[in-house]
Amino acid sequence: MNFNFKHEWIETNIGLMAVLTMLAISVGGLVEIAPLFFIDKTIEKVDGVRPYTPLEQRGRDIYQREGCYLCHSQMIRPFRDEKLRYGHYSLAAESQYDHPFQWGSKRTGPDLARVGGKYSNEWHVQHLIAPRSMVPESVMPNFPWLLTTPLDISDITDRMMALRKVGVPYSLTDAEYKANVARFGETVAKQLHIPNAQQSLIEQANFGNYDGDRSGISEMDALVAYLQVLGTMVDFNKYKDDAFVNDR
Amino acid sequence: MSEQKLQSQTVQTTGHAWDGDLQEYNNPLPAWWVYTFYVTVVFAIVYWTIYPSWPFGKGWIGGLSSITYVNSAGETKTHSWNTRALLMENLNKAAAEQKPYFDKVEAMSYAQIAKDPDMNGFILSAGKALFSDNCAPCHQAGGQGKIGFFPNLTDDDWLYGGTYDKINETITGGRHGYMPTFGEVLTPEQIDQLANYVASLSGIGHDAAKAAAGNTLFHSETAACYYCHGADAKGRKEIGSANLTDNIWLWANVPGAATAEGKVAAIRGVITSGLNKGVMPTWGGRLSPEQIKVLTVYVHELGGGQ
Repeated sequence: MNFNFKHEWIETNIGLMAVLTMLAISVGGLVEIAPLFFIDKTIEKVDGVRPYTPLEQRGRDIYQREGCYLCHSQMIRPFRDEKLRYGHYSLAAESQYDHPFQWGSKRTGPDLARVGGKYSNEWHVQHLIAPRSMVPESVMPNFPWLLTTPLDISDITDRMMALRKVGVPYSLTDAEYKANVARFGETVAKQLHIPNAQQSLIEQANFGNYDGDRSGISEMDALVAYLQVLGTMVDFNKYKDDAFVNDR
Repeated sequence: MSEQKLQSQTVQTTGHAWDGDLQEYNNPLPAWWVYTFYVTVVFAIVYWTIYPSWPFGKGWIGGLSSITYVNSAGETKTHSWNTRALLMENLNKAAAEQKPYFDKVEAMSYAQIAKDPDMNGFILSAGKALFSDNCAPCHQAGGQGKIGFFPNLTDDDWLYGGTYDKINETITGGRHGYMPTFGEVLTPEQIDQLANYVASLSGIGHDAAKAAAGNTLFHSETAACYYCHGADAKGRKEIGSANLTDNIWLWANVPGAATAEGKVAAIRGVITSGLNKGVMPTWGGRLSPEQIKVLTVYVHELGGGQ
């Protein structure tokens, strides 16, 4: 064999070195991520998961702006202790419309993947303003400005357009709207229609009155609306407790 | 120096030089390192055959290891190893260990559970765990509640009833408190009269003339307070209206006010703006009937059970 490999070839040729470095570090991604795009069980087939309504989406934006994800995860792992405390383990399908997802890797506070419906709106409002007034041992910061800051809804259309670009089925045309009606039902489809976004946001906020204050729509309205929908879209009572074992 | 010379004679270099004479030795890897590396390769191959690993078509190779469990429909299933199947196995095991207790919970009446010394220990520990995670954020760790927000569970005052059945009903189905806003229906004088009357019912300092007028108003069709709170003002548990005669306060922060005027003002505030809160979430879908039964006994035993 005449082939005589020399380090020198790579070490003196920056182009070749860059290409080989890229190849080496892409192995992890190719082996662990790429197959997920071809495996048909990656996203479980489950009823009920829908994109966030404009109000919930704005709440999600505030959740990210305030850095809630730094202390709260949204990923219940399939362990007994987590099931007992938080409920059914999270499904990939449940975060399919999250961009970016909020799974997280650090829990200073509890997991929030199924916090929706666990506490009343009133509790959330009070707890966000002054966490220690509700939970004395809490180390969560106060977020009093949420209740006093009016929600900026002027750019909700742009925000939905951006999410639409990455695959969230917010509808723009009549045909897309009709497809959403077939997929999510008329009530939800209306809220996912971009031309109606501001109106449906206002309607949901006024109807839900999440912050308990009828005088206007605050950032608190949006954040509580978002928290109250977390983990509630799938009705797990419809499924056997091992319904999603085959998906992994 | 001499050592270095020796090495340069026996060990090959990588074969190139920088800056004229800067060279790099090409030492062989230590044997222990090489063999450890081969062992990890063998380990990986063994691991692949036991646990799910390689993608294959639209699925993956499941591996030889399997887990057998019983699902909620009572079917026994065997599945190649994964964390979700492992969870089923762990839950099966835990359920089997807890079964003797939960079977008793199911079979016994509330009063029997409360009296049984064995069950008492179980209720205290299991109930406390359930209460701490699910109930304590609102009702606080000891069930003492929070004035203005969430009722005290340790006293004798119950909005919806403090019997086992009623507590169970409240936990299972949740509650939603409501009182209309009277600020737009009644004049400030009338509201003041009513507040003085309500204060008088609990023996709080009040204006007797105003209270007498409030009494009339309370039982009139104008304010119609008696409609929900009852002619005796002791509340109606079927709709969750408060007993106004027991000097126990939830919405109006009467204990927090220092003066009699402050106490009356707190009552006035509730009459004026009404209530559309007091929401208790539904636990029926989140907790099992047995867990709710455990919680019912635990809450009943907090001190106020009837």
